Amino acid sequence: MIQPAKPELVTVFIDGKEIAVPKGTNVIEAARMVGTDVPHYCYHPKLTVAGNCRMCLIELGMPMADRATREPIMDPETGKQKINWIPRPQIGCGTTVVPGMHVKTQSQMVKDCREGVMEFLLINHPLDCPICDQAGECKLQEQATGYGRGYSRFIEQKNVKPKRTQLGPRVMLDDERCVLCSRCIRFNQEIVKEDVLGFVDRGSYSTLTCYPGKELTNNYSLNTVDICPVGALTSTDFRFKMRVWFLKQTNSIDTESSVGANTVVWSREGVIYRITPRQNDEVNDTWMADSGRVLYKQVQADDRLKTATIGGKLASIEFALTEAANLVKTGGVTVVGSGRSSVEEQFLTKKLATTLGAETTIVARTGEDDGILISADRNPNTRGALVTGLISDVPTTDLSALGAAIDAGSVTTIVSVGEDLLAAGLTADQLSKVAVIYLGAHGNPTSAMAQVVMPTLTVFEKNGTFINQQFRLQKFAAAVPGLAGSFDDLYVLDQFIVAVGGESIGVDVKSVWPTLAAEIPALATATYANLPATGLLLDSTPWASLNFPEGKSLHFEPAVETTTA
Amino acid sequence: MSAPAETRIIFKHIDEEGYSNDIACYQKHGGYEILKKSVTQAPPDIRDEVKKSGLRGRGGAGFSCGLKWSFVDRKSGKPIYLVVNADESEPGTFKDRYIIHQDPHQLIEGTMISCFANDVKQAYIYIRGEFPEGARILEKAIQEARDAGFVGKNICGTDYSCDIFVHRGAGAYICGEETGLIESLEGKRANPRIKPPYFPAVLGLYQCPTIVNNVETLCHVKHIMDMGADEYLKIGTPNNTGTRIFCVSGHVKKPGYYEFPCGAVTLGTLLNDVCGGPLEGRTFKAVIPGGSSAKILRFGEKFTIKNKDGTTKEWTVEDIPMDFDSLAAAGTMGGSGGVIVMDDSVNMVDALANINAFYAHESCGQCTPCREGSLWMKKISTRMVHGEARPEDGELIKNVADQIAGRTICAFGEACSWPTQSFVAKFGDEFKTYATDKKAKPADSLELV
Repeated sequence: MIQPAKPELVTVFIDGKEIAVPKGTNVIEAARMVGTDVPHYCYHPKLTVAGNCRMCLIELGMPMADRATREPIMDPETGKQKINWIPRPQIGCGTTVVPGMHVKTQSQMVKDCREGVMEFLLINHPLDCPICDQAGECKLQEQATGYGRGYSRFIEQKNVKPKRTQLGPRVMLDDERCVLCSRCIRFNQEIVKEDVLGFVDRGSYSTLTCYPGKELTNNYSLNTVDICPVGALTSTDFRFKMRVWFLKQTNSIDTESSVGANTVVWSREGVIYRITPRQNDEVNDTWMADSGRVLYKQVQADDRLKTATIGGKLASIEFALTEAANLVKTGGVTVVGSGRSSVEEQFLTKKLATTLGAETTIVARTGEDDGILISADRNPNTRGALVTGLISDVPTTDLSALGAAIDAGSVTTIVSVGEDLLAAGLTADQLSKVAVIYLGAHGNPTSAMAQVVMPTLTVFEKNGTFINQQFRLQKFAAAVPGLAGSFDDLYVLDQFIVAVGGESIGVDVKSVWPTLAAEIPALATATYANLPATGLLLDSTPWASLNFPEGKSLHFEPAVETTTA
Repeated sequence: MSAPAETRIIFKHIDEEGYSNDIACYQKHGGYEILKKSVTQAPPDIRDEVKKSGLRGRGGAGFSCGLKWSFVDRKSGKPIYLVVNADESEPGTFKDRYIIHQDPHQLIEGTMISCFANDVKQAYIYIRGEFPEGARILEKAIQEARDAGFVGKNICGTDYSCDIFVHRGAGAYICGEETGLIESLEGKRANPRIKPPYFPAVLGLYQCPTIVNNVETLCHVKHIMDMGADEYLKIGTPNNTGTRIFCVSGHVKKPGYYEFPCGAVTLGTLLNDVCGGPLEGRTFKAVIPGGSSAKILRFGEKFTIKNKDGTTKEWTVEDIPMDFDSLAAAGTMGGSGGVIVMDDSVNMVDALANINAFYAHESCGQCTPCREGSLWMKKISTRMVHGEARPEDGELIKNVADQIAGRTICAFGEACSWPTQSFVAKFGDEFKTYATDKKAKPADSLELV
């Protein structure tokens, strides 16, 4: 396993509490380590320090020493070294710890500073908290309660700034709520590397805007909404839809590419309202792509398969399984698995193929690597297909070999796990020559031509794991119940195996895992129940020589070397 | 009583009959001889000389020039830049523009000596956008100096080369703040940089070591090299060496610019003798001694000053010697040398409203206290002027200022709050009168912003 290098520690005193923190830590993070909250707006741990909100002002002191002799100057009353407190407050975000540093986060001066900043931030802020679209995630509201004066001394006319400015297709700006923290500006400059946002005008009239001729259109624009500490930037998709405190949070994984950005799925009463990134410093920091946020729409999509069919006619799942078993009996079977299936599903797919004596393949999906969180491999679980043995090499882009086998007559039945074989390179003519058994959540031209269709679940309706480009095993969980009439992929695959004479392994993740861990060496040390939220890095050495399509993205380290310290 | 004679060093030729800003005229008066002499010396020796002279920056903060130079990271391997701060945007201050208009070569010579001393290969003169004439004069003077071999390649026939470029600012007060100036020079919006961790001397222009000096400061460098640090030290008082230019404006008979050794005249002498005293039938009421951001002094107030030996002395406003330390001891500052005088015709709420309007307009908007507080102060003082004062307004506006001062990224926080703090502290009675006597001041046009 990877052992991070031990950081050099620095001893500091936060409100008198002694703590050793890694060198280079700033005061906000150091205080967090002793459980002290230093309020802030502009500071974000993944962005450069701007130091402009002034909310994190603290008192700073250093032990006094004689200038000439460097001898400590002692306080005769306490017997301790005297502390030289800087008379001006300092910003916690821009202050890096040095040995012996003393910090006061609760002194009268600090309280006055916070009260002052809160008062300033609120003088021109509209009092629309009850209807604000930040929906319960406003630090202005929280910190006004925690650190504010509690009443306003401002009787002048407020500055009225523009409302509902569309910065881009997905992001809306309510200028009057903006605290000009510049997080959104820095995010675009530093993470997306696109200079698109900036401030115009001076003083209290400063406003955020796009540069002339530009729009906030990049695929990461919604991260600005996540990091906006107040209700200024909102998602046009989520705005006004739901208060966040009503929503249930479920940890999930973005299935767009092999990066496997960690996400949170927000749902209520079986309906998903939004997807936001979840912090995993090894994978996606705190970011995710906009395109991954709308994937929840798959759940309610019009093309969802709602019932099993045989020859296009409604059937029960039991009949469909029996019919599928009949179709594969004659041999000449090929299984087209999926790089979008979970590790557990791929394991059962492989088991099914072994039981049938069938060849296995998966459909490759590639695109341009954006250098951030969308990698060239658009399957979330290509590594899983390798680890489970579903494939032995990086999949090729099309199914021409399979097409040739159909033309030659050696393949007569295809089991497709959610893949549209026509989109993957087979012709309608080729497909009409074979029997197709289709398992999947959504209909497509292949399912329309399939003899047997068995409806399964989307990633938001089931549990499982993916292995990302780093060979990091990551867990996702069901956010909402499965659509009525559909079945867990594991149940369908397991029952299929049973129907063709194999042994049942398990119909859900928990029951599959003991066999999985026992049979797959790479997963021998992992247990599903105890998998950390940030995932588990697997030994990737067996696949180190493969030619993966990924380029360098945010935290991409292909074929990780593992060392045991 | 006759006015004490000025000691004009920097302003020696300003307003002199027949003196023009041509290089020929400058050289006729001994111009560029000091540069010729300086480039034959070792750069560290020049730096030592400047440090020894005790020269303090004439831009406002009064920081030691030699010390500033000593902070420059000379080991980084990156180019070192020198930027001449000719932004001069502090209200009440108009000294640098006269140097530029009437004696630009003095600035160029001082700049080139400073560049040579600090191994600078490229210097910029950052001039306020509203000074097009100054920029034009500088461009012409630099070209003349370039043609004569004092700027550009192989200066004075040596193998040292350094060029100067004029950069016209965008026209904001904050462009004169040294880090905001650097940002502006880099082509960005002039927002100050947070410091610590990095000061311009380490990471400045284009992330390279950078010196930012005021126009007058760099002119002094020339004279220090001319007369030697030991001679220069004799001008002024200890820790306040050299001369200072005072730009006196407001209610005196002879406003204008005057140059005296630091501490050689008191505020009383400057205003009464040099500037001819108050206007006919008027008495002095208040004075801002160092540009509009400096704390105001009220005539009649007394200061108890601690001597170095522990004894104390009493000063009135008239007794304060015009040097950095004495003005600081009296609770204000020498600042940029802009002395703004107000007589008994001035309504202090009006005056503050005017100042507040200026600073509210100029706040860059980067950090919260100054961005929101400066406009709030302006709104309160404007409302008071418009006859809607409340008894608590004085206290409120001062408290708003207290919430700004010392809590912002750059010194603009102090610049905008010190006037309010000091006006209320010293003329609190007038702020109260405004609330009780609504007719104290009719609404007039104070629509600066």
